[in-house]
Amino acid sequence: MNESERAEAGWFAAVDRDEPDSVRRALENGRADGPADWPRLAVEAGFAADEDAYYDSLHEATVTATRAAVTERERADDRQLVHAVRAMDDCRRTANELAERLAEWAGTLEAEAGTGLEYARVLAARDPEPHESAVVSLAGRVVDLADEADDLHALVERLAPTVAPNLSALAGPVLAARLVSLAGGLESLAKKPSGTIQVLGAEDALFAHLRGHAPSPKHGIIFTHDAVRGTRREDRGSAARAVAGKLAIAARVDHYAGDYRPELETELTERIETIQARAGGADGADDGGNDE
Amino acid sequence: MSEPGALPAGVERRVIDGRERLATRGEAVYGEPTDGPWRAWDPNRSKLGAMLESGMDTGLEGGETVLYLGAASGTTVSHVADVADATYAVEFAPRPARDLLEVAEGRPRLFPLLKDARQPETYAHVVETDVDAIVQDVATRGQARVAVENRRFLADDGRLLLAVKARSEDVTRDPDEVFADVLTDLESAYEVLEERRLDDYHVDHLGVVARPR
Repeated sequence: MNESERAEAGWFAAVDRDEPDSVRRALENGRADGPADWPRLAVEAGFAADEDAYYDSLHEATVTATRAAVTERERADDRQLVHAVRAMDDCRRTANELAERLAEWAGTLEAEAGTGLEYARVLAARDPEPHESAVVSLAGRVVDLADEADDLHALVERLAPTVAPNLSALAGPVLAARLVSLAGGLESLAKKPSGTIQVLGAEDALFAHLRGHAPSPKHGIIFTHDAVRGTRREDRGSAARAVAGKLAIAARVDHYAGDYRPELETELTERIETIQARAGGADGADDGGNDE
Repeated sequence: MSEPGALPAGVERRVIDGRERLATRGEAVYGEPTDGPWRAWDPNRSKLGAMLESGMDTGLEGGETVLYLGAASGTTVSHVADVADATYAVEFAPRPARDLLEVAEGRPRLFPLLKDARQPETYAHVVETDVDAIVQDVATRGQARVAVENRRFLADDGRLLLAVKARSEDVTRDPDEVFADVLTDLESAYEVLEERRLDDYHVDHLGVVARPR
């Protein structure tokens, strides 16, 4: 490869300096198999007067492009995740409600009508006779909504680990997304004490308790976490507290640091094993990783 | 060459806040104690700081061109940029990169890059060849592979200054076993000159100085 061909691979080759976007595109999307003496090549190609001027340009370009990329990635991700998980829940709830309506209606038309989404799929696949065309059409919409919910579920599973790697590792992508959604964003989740995270999603029970006519709720949405659900009733409060504590730390690491820390998961597993060991292997601890 | 274990030019032991500490000259960035232009380099917050503090021979003399992998918020990078010449700082996560940008604003030869250190071809069009030192502190599995992959940037007489975090490889294994594996994996591209546990400052971390084969 000769010198000018090498220079073609440099970030500065295709840059139009009057257009900030071209700098960012060049830095972000450019590739090269190996490095080269870019400062010298840039000077030879007439991009900069000398190496000092080249480094000045490089500094300005990297700071500007990195700032734009950071802002975009930070802004996009947690809101996208919140919308995705809310849309997923809406689609699923609506699909289930309509499936019930459908079963009731279809029951008036044929004796052996089934129920639920499964029956909606059977109906939707049918070539309708004239008297049932409306029912079959509705079944088609129900199936579409259920499929949409599945697609959104896949999207949540893809987004959550990039938005909140630690929270997703500890809670699973869907629960992680729900917590971010309930808090209204990753930043506000990161600022909540673990006691609040423990009862997120149990607001009705919490306010009933605060009004003085109910016991305090032990857990909110985190009840869906295996470590909570898989622990026997007497110890569920402890398990919920342990899980909420680690999730609070995970959310803070995700928001303020952003790197993945596998030790959080190990610490939580150990703590849950200790809590579940109180049952003495008696009962209720069969799906929480209490293998010993 | 300077004498073995000597501090790079621009790094000095100075009494700041009543205690002798490593220090560099530059704009303060994370609330560290300062004395005039000098700012303390806290070995508890910086693995490279811990390597220098514990007397490892990093081969750094000052004025180098450096590729820094895993720049995070820029705590260590800020000190490196104070004493080095051109410093390329690679960080993958957006949140810490925002802090890194603040550090870079005041340092004209520090170049922040939002890139994945496991994919050097995505920044080989920016980072120059024959850098004098690679400083690596990435908290990801496959730390040895990252070092080997980035060998292409390093001059033949350059140095790899690597902090290995045992827990990033496997939290359940004995750190000594993890370190042994990492050192073996490094051998395809590097000759290890010195290794030392950094436990006084960072639990389950190994400091490694190596040169390319």
